Amino acid sequence: MTSSLRTFNFLEPLSEGKNNEKEWTMDILNRKGRQYRAIYPFIIILIGIFLFSFAVGRYPIDIITLLKVLGSKAFPIEKTWSDTVEVVVFQVRLPRIMGAMLVGSALSLSGAVYQGMFKNPLVSPDILGVSAGAAFGAALAIFLSFNTAGIQLMAFCFGILAVALVYFISQRIKADPLISLVIIGILIGSIFNSFVSLIKYMADTEDKLPAITFWLMGSLSGIMPKDIKNISIPILLGMAPLFLLRWDLNVLSLDEDEAKSLGLDTGRIRFIVIICSTLMTAAAVSVSGIIGWIGLVIPHLGRLLVGPDYRLLIPTTILLGSSYLLLIDNIARALTTVEIPLGILTSLIGAPFFIFLLLNRGRS
Amino acid sequence: MLEVKALSCGYGEENILEDVNFTVDSGDIVCILGSNGSGKSTLIKTIIGLIKPIKGDILVEGKSILNWPWKRRAQLISYIPQSFNSTFQYRVKDIVLMGRTSYLKFASTPSKEDERIAEEALELLRISHLKDKIYSQLSGGERQLVKIAQALAQQSKIIIMDEPTNNLDFGNQMVMLKHLKNCSEKGITIIMATHLPEHAFLYGSKALLVKNGRVAEIEKPSENLKERDLRELYDVDLELVEFNLDNRNIKMCLPLI
Repeated sequence: MTSSLRTFNFLEPLSEGKNNEKEWTMDILNRKGRQYRAIYPFIIILIGIFLFSFAVGRYPIDIITLLKVLGSKAFPIEKTWSDTVEVVVFQVRLPRIMGAMLVGSALSLSGAVYQGMFKNPLVSPDILGVSAGAAFGAALAIFLSFNTAGIQLMAFCFGILAVALVYFISQRIKADPLISLVIIGILIGSIFNSFVSLIKYMADTEDKLPAITFWLMGSLSGIMPKDIKNISIPILLGMAPLFLLRWDLNVLSLDEDEAKSLGLDTGRIRFIVIICSTLMTAAAVSVSGIIGWIGLVIPHLGRLLVGPDYRLLIPTTILLGSSYLLLIDNIARALTTVEIPLGILTSLIGAPFFIFLLLNRGRS
Repeated sequence: MLEVKALSCGYGEENILEDVNFTVDSGDIVCILGSNGSGKSTLIKTIIGLIKPIKGDILVEGKSILNWPWKRRAQLISYIPQSFNSTFQYRVKDIVLMGRTSYLKFASTPSKEDERIAEEALELLRISHLKDKIYSQLSGGERQLVKIAQALAQQSKIIIMDEPTNNLDFGNQMVMLKHLKNCSEKGITIIMATHLPEHAFLYGSKALLVKNGRVAEIEKPSENLKERDLRELYDVDLELVEFNLDNRNIKMCLPLI
């Protein structure tokens, strides 16, 4: 038997030589394993972009004044700036920055957990029809001349309704639960999309059709301080359980039979994941409209940087997603005099970036 | 320790196996033999709980396990499927650590102690050098050993495997079987589906022959599994040859073509 053991050990030097370079680069970030040290750079990047974002825009504010204005809320700092500065910082730019961070992190985290749950890295947060439902809700609300709050509420409720329909119909199908979810998700999504088209077809071409179209392209330009309060609750409510379940999410990304035999109640975890993701995505979409690609690209980038372990991947995607949408929103605000819709930018930047990631991955 | 009683199982309403009865003691190595599609995997999946039985019961130390939650089952039985891979690039140490999932409290992550148990499992199989490697990039043989390490970390009393030596070269098959033998000497029960009758002759303390929806139990296959049984089982002509090597009686199955 010793000889046969040697046969196996013989493989050692061979496999050690393989992929050396890649492991080395990944190990730099992952060396202390589960220690959260790996995410420090992403925190610094986010803080940097956060501060920089206050300076972007038509009304110039220098960094010293900005730090003083922000600091004055916590410390007694003598007021040397005009009221306008304070209004711009707290009433205009802060809500927008918070909005971008919340929406970006919600969409990214939803994408990351869905990709694990469906064991497929090409899944995005709207796979179960949440965006299609929200789009229908918003289009209907605009069609019926609801105010902004009404549009947001309708988008949120129909987003959740669409996923609830998908979940409960798929439960009644006697097939692989994941495949049922995907197929019913596509079907329900296409039904809602048809309704959106129908509403657009019937809408007044002077004001309502442009409003619907603009909503569907995604933007944070209309965001108000009270919107931040409204969406932060469902988004944080969705994030917390997912963070608590970070280990179970690792096991859930294995084969269904393996996950169960390891002791995971896959049905229950899946239910929690769907509720949390839907809550986050519906809340995000209700204020921002449809913003694609973030939920697909950011988890990929996260995995490339820290690996697939959700203990690290969850904080990483939250930080990267916030930074990314904040950056994109800055570009949307600053690039041209008329704001470019976010959905256009995220796909214009996201798709080539995704191609770049895939090419690089193939090379290593 | 494990007792299968009047078990009928299959998918939906359709019976694939009927009236299956057998018992397994701790430290047994049970080889399930049968042609493709005979129901070996169905039997395995039913014991694990992945398929609900149509009739009958599965008992452990006298108590039915049919309604046990996944966590409790996982602490009793670990499972190594026919093929396995991971979509995402987990490291070997994390894959092995996942074996500890059934011992974690709700919403918690593995502790230092869990990590120690996982490392011990890797050491036991002499594959500690693989721990930082990416699981999906390993060879089939290495992945198989990692799955065994995961099962050891799971500290279950029973390991159930579906064709564990499938896709392994000759040397790795021997290594694998040697490890399974070691496990059984520690009191772990091994139940495995296999295509090679020699596994039953060399290692099996019991063989289950699956054919036409029935399961026959054979104690000590090295003595009691006969040429006639195998001919009937596989519907082919074959011959059993016996020879003596280092005072061990070795049986081999030769196909007659």
